[in-house]
Amino acid sequence: MTTRRDFIKKTIITVAGAALPLTAFELLDPKKLFAQVAAEKTRVRWAFLIDTYKCVGCGYCVKACKLENEVPYEANATRTWVERYVLTKDGKFLADSPKGARDGYTTSKIDLGLGNYEEVKNNNIEKAYFVPKLCNQCENPPCVQVCPVGATYQAPDGVVLVDRSWCIGCGYCIMACPYGVRFFHPVHHTAEKCNYCYHRITKGMKTACVDACPFGARQIGNIKDPNDPVTKIIRTQRVAVLKSEYGTKPQAFYIGLDEEVR
Amino acid sequence: MVHGELWTLKELFVLPNEYIYWSVQIVMYPFMTGLVAGAFVLSSLYHVFGIEKLKDMARFALVFSFALLFAAPMPIVLHLQFPFRGINVFMTPHFTSAIAAFGIVFFTYGAIVASELWFLYRKHFVEVALRLREKQDKTMMEWFSYLIFCSLTLGVYDVSEESLHRDEKAIKFLAALGIPVACFLHGYAGFIFGSVKANALWMTPLMPVIFIMSAIVSGIALCMLTYIVTMEIRKFLAKRKRTTYGVYQTTDQIRSVEINVIQMTAKYLLYFMVFAISLEVLDLIFRGYTAVKSWDVLRSVIYGKDFTSIFILQYAIGNLIPLILLLTPGLTLRRTLLGVLLVLFGVFMMRWNVVIGGQAFSLTFAGYMHYHLPIVPHSMETFKEGLFGALSIFIMPFVLFYFISKIFPVFEYKEAH
Amino acid sequence: MKNHVLRPLYAVLMIVTLILAARIFLVPKDFGIQERGYMYGWHRKSNEEDWKKVSVKYQGKEYCKDCHGANYDSIAKTPHKNIQCENCHGPAIEHPSDPPKLTIDRSRQQCLRCHFPLPYPTSGRSKIRGIDPETHNPDMECSMCHNPHHPSLEGMR
Repeated sequence: MTTRRDFIKKTIITVAGAALPLTAFELLDPKKLFAQVAAEKTRVRWAFLIDTYKCVGCGYCVKACKLENEVPYEANATRTWVERYVLTKDGKFLADSPKGARDGYTTSKIDLGLGNYEEVKNNNIEKAYFVPKLCNQCENPPCVQVCPVGATYQAPDGVVLVDRSWCIGCGYCIMACPYGVRFFHPVHHTAEKCNYCYHRITKGMKTACVDACPFGARQIGNIKDPNDPVTKIIRTQRVAVLKSEYGTKPQAFYIGLDEEVR
Repeated sequence: MVHGELWTLKELFVLPNEYIYWSVQIVMYPFMTGLVAGAFVLSSLYHVFGIEKLKDMARFALVFSFALLFAAPMPIVLHLQFPFRGINVFMTPHFTSAIAAFGIVFFTYGAIVASELWFLYRKHFVEVALRLREKQDKTMMEWFSYLIFCSLTLGVYDVSEESLHRDEKAIKFLAALGIPVACFLHGYAGFIFGSVKANALWMTPLMPVIFIMSAIVSGIALCMLTYIVTMEIRKFLAKRKRTTYGVYQTTDQIRSVEINVIQMTAKYLLYFMVFAISLEVLDLIFRGYTAVKSWDVLRSVIYGKDFTSIFILQYAIGNLIPLILLLTPGLTLRRTLLGVLLVLFGVFMMRWNVVIGGQAFSLTFAGYMHYHLPIVPHSMETFKEGLFGALSIFIMPFVLFYFISKIFPVFEYKEAH
Repeated sequence: MKNHVLRPLYAVLMIVTLILAARIFLVPKDFGIQERGYMYGWHRKSNEEDWKKVSVKYQGKEYCKDCHGANYDSIAKTPHKNIQCENCHGPAIEHPSDPPKLTIDRSRQQCLRCHFPLPYPTSGRSKIRGIDPETHNPDMECSMCHNPHHPSLEGMR
């Protein structure tokens, strides 16, 4: 039967013809697959430095971040936030971050959730401090690894960005982040995260939170530049990162990090 | 309002962006893929290993697995913030993500099931197509089905002994190939959870294996359930109309075949169930024994907050009672029916406890989140990720099965060999 | 008749071809493996530019200096010199063209962010003087007595 043979022939030709020039084969190019070398050549790698001793929990950073990055002000989600840790003399561990500390800490009551609060007397405080949090722009970002469509990625300068036009909103990246940095943007409905104010740092400005902090608790720098003041501190002083056990290699470094910080 | 805020209650120290982002639809998703994989494995038991007693069940299971196949990705699609962008998974797949690989595996699996069905029903397609072709002045409906069946033959009208023999070989090959792919498919669902290192409850290499085992359990249970129900309907019809209905003629004949099939299948259900439970218990013991950093909060969730849904609903009602029901000698239909219903419920609770339980505690290990399933759908979001969304997903395969069985007759069709 | 067994395979190949063909039209041209390799750099390159285009809202205090020189200078001599103008006056954006007038936050909450007493030993907060908002003139705005640009007691209004 000639018709069938023709059919088969045509199929094979169509398949081969359509498939060959496709970018699909880019995936199979090992040179590109392991092109880590290129990343080594870039001269910028953003890193963050947080001094928890200096933080007073005023929350101006959170306020500035939300307004700068158009995260709805009333939404209970934020790209950066400040946590409060209180360890009492009677051995209690208390911590909270009401509204991500958008309005700062203006009460000594600890928010326990479900509408409960616990008052801590000043003379019962053994140890207490504030810890600002933001995206760690990990060197091995687990959130990027799990994105099924390539909507989130690491820019050459180390910042992890989200492509709002390509994100399908599966939430896998939110689940994969050990730091709870990601959420769904209430307006755009795509995955949202801190990107070190990418529109500012690429113009030579500092991030909105760094500028808004009155006490210099937050600093941003280029870790590839040995003369950068932030790099100098990270290289010469004792700094720590959050949850290093996950192997994510976070690039937000902390001074005065406590064992209790989660 | 942030996605997830509507159904999440936070207790103690929970990070500001933490919500239960993966809700009831993500519970439905491994449950449904589990049913697909399980139903397929059951049908393969006959086609590959030639367990003759399962012959009747096998054909049914395969068709049902095909119906489930279309329903399985629906929970994920409903869960997406952008359901229509779901196609991106095929456009720019990122294979370091378990979800992207899932798309490919799912497609492969679908192709295998469809092909196997094609070989199984090819003769039927040809017969129907030829019959309709001969028929003079066809109605609209007949034209329509003629076109469908013509295209279903894929242009092959050869139903000689020799070609049918070749079909059988192909079925055997596909069924054998399908088993690892079905396991892979569902293992992947387990991998999606097991590989999330940020989640202390999910992260275990046992997760894919546990998922495969419970998948097979649930698949077999659902097939038994649907089989019993269909047989009951047929018995009822046979009694009322006293017509010759397919292969079996009288109520008694149907009953004797039915109980035979059910007892055989129940045995396999039990094997897989014991294996699934052993793995789950091993996981629990291991966590308690090694007691790493996360154990404190996990223990408070497992033995405290989620005690009822884990130990009462999942293990006692969903595992222990059906085990007793099915193990007691002299298995009756009614007892089996109750048993498989409870098994299905147990597997669903297992998915629930993994998905929701995995988000019941905060990344800080010092706070908890409580999930409140939206019941009344007062917005698209509360419908999609609420009780009604989940229910419509659950009903979907049955509706699909009704339509698919019009094309692939499950009971009436007589095999030539 | 030999090859009827392969028919389903052809059907599958057709579908695969369709998907691959759809890729040509649906995938943005600049989507690909970028600098960070496939694992971390699989994305649409132009999205980096999209993010760079986001408008800047917080301009920093140097932006205010030219027009509001007096306030810029006076606050520089006080302990409030660290506080950015925009923390209280709101983001400047394109002020004075857009918005022509900024909304100033004069609430007590604004001052309490730092001046609610929380003597946390290892935190800078313990070094800031605070007041009890329950007892310290609870019904008045702080700026009715204290000049935020000159907050010391001599600067009382």
